[in-house]
Amino acid sequence: MFRNQYDTDVTTWSPTGRLFQVEYAMEAVKQGSAAIGLRSRSHVVLACVNKAQSELSSHQRKIFKVDDHIGVAIAGLTADGRVLSRYMRSESINHSFTYESPLPVGRLVVRLADKAQVCTQWSWKRPYGVGLLVGGLDESGAHLYYNCPSGNYFEYQAFAIGSRSQAAKTYLERRFENFKESSREELIKDAILAIRETLQGETLKSSLCTVSVLGVDEPFHFLDQESIQKVIDTFEKVPEDEEDNAGEAEIGAVAPAEQGGSGDQDLAPMEM
Amino acid sequence: MTFTIPIENGNEVKNAEADSQRTLYPYVTGTSVVAIKYKDGILMASDMGGSYGSTLRYKNIERMKAIGKHSLLGASGEISDLQEILRYLDELILNDNMWDDGNSLGPKEVHNYLTRVMYNRRNKFNPLWNTLVLGGVKNGEKYLGMVSMIGVSFEDNHVATGFGNHLARPILRDEWREDLSFEDGVKLLEKCMRVLLYRDRSAINKLQIAKMTEEGVTVSEPYSLKTFWEFSAFTNPTVGAEGSW
Repeated sequence: MFRNQYDTDVTTWSPTGRLFQVEYAMEAVKQGSAAIGLRSRSHVVLACVNKAQSELSSHQRKIFKVDDHIGVAIAGLTADGRVLSRYMRSESINHSFTYESPLPVGRLVVRLADKAQVCTQWSWKRPYGVGLLVGGLDESGAHLYYNCPSGNYFEYQAFAIGSRSQAAKTYLERRFENFKESSREELIKDAILAIRETLQGETLKSSLCTVSVLGVDEPFHFLDQESIQKVIDTFEKVPEDEEDNAGEAEIGAVAPAEQGGSGDQDLAPMEM
Repeated sequence: MTFTIPIENGNEVKNAEADSQRTLYPYVTGTSVVAIKYKDGILMASDMGGSYGSTLRYKNIERMKAIGKHSLLGASGEISDLQEILRYLDELILNDNMWDDGNSLGPKEVHNYLTRVMYNRRNKFNPLWNTLVLGGVKNGEKYLGMVSMIGVSFEDNHVATGFGNHLARPILRDEWREDLSFEDGVKLLEKCMRVLLYRDRSAINKLQIAKMTEEGVTVSEPYSLKTFWEFSAFTNPTVGAEGSW
């Protein structure tokens, strides 16, 4: 993408009918570290990679609880994400107060999208530089939405955003047809495997990822490090597992790197 | 609501403009509403009278209305305020339908919305002078609740407003049970309405019974209850108490 004379203002159209500022905002999302969401009929799992500025600092929070039945994972300008999370929490709690009933996630997502759209139509504003994966429940079950800085929103069975998300998306594309009927445990495992894809060579440790779950009978909560590590151990230690073999065979170039990485850890040697 | 600065005139403080913009007394009122949960949903009964003070002025007022797909509202108290509430609810349901997303407001949500409206109006000293009964069925779950003009709200298996609280609820406490059939439910409600007809001076003998189930709302055609006025207590009321009237 190169600069051109139509990209100074968000309210300036290009001759080809594009709003470049909005598109540049979407680029900002791609710079953030990866966030992944997937859903079954009854559960939604949101996971993200923990990136810290330096070894001295802690990692930024990228997954937020909006309500017992809604969670959001962000990628991009985390400051914008924090502000939008606060808006979502506010909308959700106001609805709960008036109607004593949870705000359907589909309605929250539309309000969020309308808020983003406003920033694309006023010259004194700028688009939000953050993509949001909103997972939640409503009357018809579990839903996963992606809210874009452009003000668009889409519903997904599974999606990944942020840097190196394409690797995760490829993994998810292969497996998404099964997700609808997946159990909670399978869904969590798939989320962590998708995270592994974005790491591309780095060893997968529970300290590197944050995983959150919500479901029909399960309020939104984060999984603790132990539980995540347990799931990681199931596929890092048992390579003759059919799924993993199939997965790793197709990954191709990534697999050998994984093996090398695992060797460094005190994990059981891969029996490939 | 605008306020005028009170003008001191000796001891009397005039605040006329502000007063004329808030409800002080009810004018045209409806009397009791009685409602119960039964096997398939909710049954609600009310008469069709609108009193203007002690005059039974209007005899064709429907005090029970369907709200959306899942709820039934019954109201006693000021009729014009009921009409205002129906306008609020109409807008609420309209906006809910406009989402067109498979989600809909159920009776619990409507009840809580009304509670907020009634309580906020009471806080501004400008109440909607009604006691509302909100019943409904959604996804197999029956709901029955009440909100008063000061925002007191609760749920129960049977509710009544006004005189119904004193005359109907004791009967319901004794005779209501889980899983009443439709016929038994109607009989029970008619028993309550008959007592109210005898003893509540603002009741008229023209009532409707509304039924709310998962399938929807049906409000019956108006009909009358059979009454019997030849009880010896009525024909000779002072037989037990010499000197009384």
